[in-house]
Amino acid sequence: MIEHSYLIVLLPLLSALTIFFFGRYLPLKGAVLGICTLGITLIHSLGIFSMLLQNPSYITEISIPWFRFGIHQTEFGFLIDGLTALMLVVVTSVSFLVHVYSLGYMQDDPRFKRYYAYLSFFTFAMLLLVVANNFLQMFIGWELVGLASYLLIGFWFEKTSASNAGRKAFITTKVGDIGFFLGILSLFSLLGTLNFAQVQGRIEEGLISANTAGIIALLLFCGAMGKSAQVPLHIWLPDAMEGPTPVSALIHAATMVAAGVYMVARSYFLFQHGPFSLEIIAWVGMLTAFLAATMALVATDIKRVLAFSTVSQLGYMILSMGVGGRAEGMFHLTTHAFFKALLFLGAGSVIHATHTNNIEEMGGLSKKMKLTFIAFTSAWLAISGIWPFAGFFSKDGILEATLNSGNSFLFWCATFVAFLTAFYMTRLYLLVFIAEPKDKEIYNHAHESPKSMTIPLLVLALLSLVAGFLLEHSVPLLLSSQALPLNAHASSAHTYPHWLVPAISSAAALLGIFLSYLIYWLKAVSAEKIASTFSWPYRLLLKKYNFDEFYIYCIIKPADWLAQKLALFDTHIFDQLGVDGIGFLTVKLSQIQDWFDQNIIDNLVDIWGKLSLLGSSILRKFQTGLVQNYILFILFGFGLLMVWQLKINFIELLR
Amino acid sequence: MSFLSLIAFIPFLGALLLLFVPKEKVNTHRLIALVFSLFSLFLTLSIFCHFDRQNPGMQFVEKFSWIPQFGISYHVGIDGLSYPLILLTALLSVLSIIGSFQIETRVKEYFFWFLLLETGMVGVFVSLDFFLFYIFWEVMLVPMYFLIGIWGGPKKEYAAIKFFLYTLFGSVFILIGILALYFRSTPHTFDILQLIQNNRQFIGKFQFIVFLLLFVGFAIKVPIFPFHTWLPLAHVEAPTAVSVILAGVLLKMGTYGLMRISFPMFPEAALWFSIPLLILAFINIIYGALVAMAQTDMKKMVAYSSINHMGYALLGMAAFTLTGFNGALLQMINHGIITGSLFLLVGVIYDRAHTREINAFGGLGAKLPIYTGIMTVASMASLGLPALAGFISEFLCFLGAYSANSQHKIFSSISTFKFFTALSVIGILVTTAFFLRMIQKVFLGPFNEKWSDLKDMTFRELVSVVPLTALTLLIGIWPHWLISLMDSTMSSLVNFINGVK
Repeated sequence: MIEHSYLIVLLPLLSALTIFFFGRYLPLKGAVLGICTLGITLIHSLGIFSMLLQNPSYITEISIPWFRFGIHQTEFGFLIDGLTALMLVVVTSVSFLVHVYSLGYMQDDPRFKRYYAYLSFFTFAMLLLVVANNFLQMFIGWELVGLASYLLIGFWFEKTSASNAGRKAFITTKVGDIGFFLGILSLFSLLGTLNFAQVQGRIEEGLISANTAGIIALLLFCGAMGKSAQVPLHIWLPDAMEGPTPVSALIHAATMVAAGVYMVARSYFLFQHGPFSLEIIAWVGMLTAFLAATMALVATDIKRVLAFSTVSQLGYMILSMGVGGRAEGMFHLTTHAFFKALLFLGAGSVIHATHTNNIEEMGGLSKKMKLTFIAFTSAWLAISGIWPFAGFFSKDGILEATLNSGNSFLFWCATFVAFLTAFYMTRLYLLVFIAEPKDKEIYNHAHESPKSMTIPLLVLALLSLVAGFLLEHSVPLLLSSQALPLNAHASSAHTYPHWLVPAISSAAALLGIFLSYLIYWLKAVSAEKIASTFSWPYRLLLKKYNFDEFYIYCIIKPADWLAQKLALFDTHIFDQLGVDGIGFLTVKLSQIQDWFDQNIIDNLVDIWGKLSLLGSSILRKFQTGLVQNYILFILFGFGLLMVWQLKINFIELLR
Repeated sequence: MSFLSLIAFIPFLGALLLLFVPKEKVNTHRLIALVFSLFSLFLTLSIFCHFDRQNPGMQFVEKFSWIPQFGISYHVGIDGLSYPLILLTALLSVLSIIGSFQIETRVKEYFFWFLLLETGMVGVFVSLDFFLFYIFWEVMLVPMYFLIGIWGGPKKEYAAIKFFLYTLFGSVFILIGILALYFRSTPHTFDILQLIQNNRQFIGKFQFIVFLLLFVGFAIKVPIFPFHTWLPLAHVEAPTAVSVILAGVLLKMGTYGLMRISFPMFPEAALWFSIPLLILAFINIIYGALVAMAQTDMKKMVAYSSINHMGYALLGMAAFTLTGFNGALLQMINHGIITGSLFLLVGVIYDRAHTREINAFGGLGAKLPIYTGIMTVASMASLGLPALAGFISEFLCFLGAYSANSQHKIFSSISTFKFFTALSVIGILVTTAFFLRMIQKVFLGPFNEKWSDLKDMTFRELVSVVPLTALTLLIGIWPHWLISLMDSTMSSLVNFINGVK
């Protein structure tokens, strides 16, 4: 089974290509093919997962040489260990459900075929990066994920906002990728290999210093910041909801944003070798979790609220990585994948029914959409961290890891974020499903979605309920196969009762839910009043802390300005003044030469002629034709000769 | 069998044959041009199997004494440096000829010049004698002048003259350099290989002066900042197929010259020049990308992006590492393929809409799906997306520069090479920005009704572009076949240059 793991990557690619080129001849324009392929890869992944669960140290690495340059050899390969197996299951399961769900959601779309091709391609790219056994292949999958997200976010490209969002996602993540790229260059130039195991081995040999390892780790982390939407590169994710909702589910849950966290987990040995990098990423994660949670408090677009919550939860995962909780981070990634996919697909179902994204126009949908409501409830409890739902276990793990790291400030911040999360999710839940319908027309038209949409919802609801239980012990087990001893902090002795953290986190979650209940259901305090009292922070939150404006005015506009000026410089100064100027000067110089030639040189020649004329006209006078004159000249000449040669002084003689 | 001479002179024979076909038989002219260039391509491809990848030296050598009094011989040969470039030349010539079938004015002359141009280009890459090299070098120039000047855009005469003068200006420096080498060498010879073998005769100031003389000539062709301003003008004014050749092949003459002649002949000067070359490469990358970002004319944008892309090749060369050299050569090939297809594609839309203004379009993606798809692939390749050709070569160029042996430091502790390479990576970001902007403005967004009668690509257009798109994918996914062609030659070249230090 593991020997044929390449099929997991290859099949979605083949399916993507087949649907893209021949989709029109296939049943349901290729959707069936896409779903079946994903089904097979899901089963395959589950098989690998269970094998590794039984024997976590069973690591398989297969690779084929890719290309050589000089002494270096690059490779394409598969590394199947516990981490990979976990990710395979997350990616294929969510992707499979999204494939099924899209059948109903996208059924009327004119580009249905292309949609499925892109969806399969997206899955392929993500799987390519997940199974990679070296950084280069990971980077390739990484960039292809970026391309796929670009195509899918901007899928309805006629909408300017959609094409803008696609471009924004691509470029923002590309900014992070520059760091990733430089990290790869550094690794290769220092170690001469990009293979994970070899890099790890050479680092353990001490080939690079702790400082260097930390810097490289941070460079790689730049890439993760882009893909996993960490502050300040998080700006693309809220806009990414412009794509079809199932795509948002895929992006926010299994592919794309999971890539960054996965990459940190995969290259964790680098971070551990330069521990200051872990501290930095812990703070980045915390900041992200906090800022995004506060932004979610005021958003009114259902998908935007969910998007901010994704950013916030990703911050959580990165925080977990930073405080040494690698397994906890991956555990949260897994549970989050299920309940976030569920939240988005549920939101999609709601949007499908109401044709609006604005939660302030919804309300009372619990009566109209029973199945969606049940599923959504499960997701809401899971993300809020209520026992026994999945989110409780993973969030708890992260909080414990944070506390164990000894940084109590981070711990209390994380707890506060848990409180905020419960608060804004309850707000969303109440406004959409429980509160009185705001818009009667929307309410009356609302209806339950088709089965292809509700069944995936229910499956995910079940997973959101049980994933925590099921995976609580298996995830650490799976991740234990890494060669380096991990979770150094976790082994430190507990100095507090083991019920403390669960109690605190549950209290925070319940408090959040209760407060939200007070405001949005009992209306004990008016939300509008709070907004008007704290109008400055409120507006700051609405404007998303002005990150977008900052980038526009501090980077994009100046870069454009510089480009414009350089272009003007190039054509007007450089080319027209410089190059053409030299040409002009050359012409002028030649004109001067021409004048010089005509007036000076040529005149000199003419003068010569004129001089000869003059001379000859004078000499002509002597040609009288009279013999006497000639004799006189001869005598005169003879005399001169005598003076000159014989030194005869005639004047003396005459005297 | 004298393969190389055939490859070089078959197009010339075609050109001669064209002279005997009456002017009105336009289709015959097209057919002759196609057949002769195809034949040349076929011969080039047939070498592929016989080419010895392990041999770093010259293969398929032909050498006859020509003017023995002056040490001039007809000496041609190929190695891992020139063969990939000849492949590129032969391929692009065929595709450009297919792409020029819609030319209706003075068809006979057009193809005459085009075939002559191909002979010149192949000739430059195969010549191993300076005299021969220089003749081919100049032979390229004349057809180019007419091709731009007669079949070009609105400012064609200006562009043609500027191109001609600028390049000639460079050629003069090369000529002086060649003559200086001839008179300095004992025995006097024009043979490039012999001169390289005996390069110890060129020492001290002489080496640096001649290096700079040749450098100016080659830098104009590349073009290296600040000798680049002929390029946007010539590219924009030239007809589509000529732009393809100009960007695809002619620019490579400069980098080829540096690698074939300047570096091995004057290794000391070359290594000394490594830091300046690095900085010039950096300027090319950033400056080219930024200026491209400001363009609103698609063709001009692609033209400036060439400056940026040749910067990557220079970056790879500046480090004098094997990785960098492999990357530089691969980048030259990839740039030819990618930019060639971009120019062809811009030509496709220009033929229909008679404008290339990026802002004039909008939403074409819905109307022209095939065109949009191919254009997107080409743009993605150009911005260095993995799995497409550009990524491999850019990766190698950056890696080569990043792992340079140079001990030169900037700011007292940071390696100069690492510093400028890291800054150059920003070029990728800017490239991404302007290509995505172009795609968005032209293909995405609401459909501009003005273009409702635009047709998607015709079969002929597909034939001229799709091979390039396929190659882009092939090299991106499986670059081994191409890198293995060049690796051993590059290896011996790098060793030769560094051995002198």
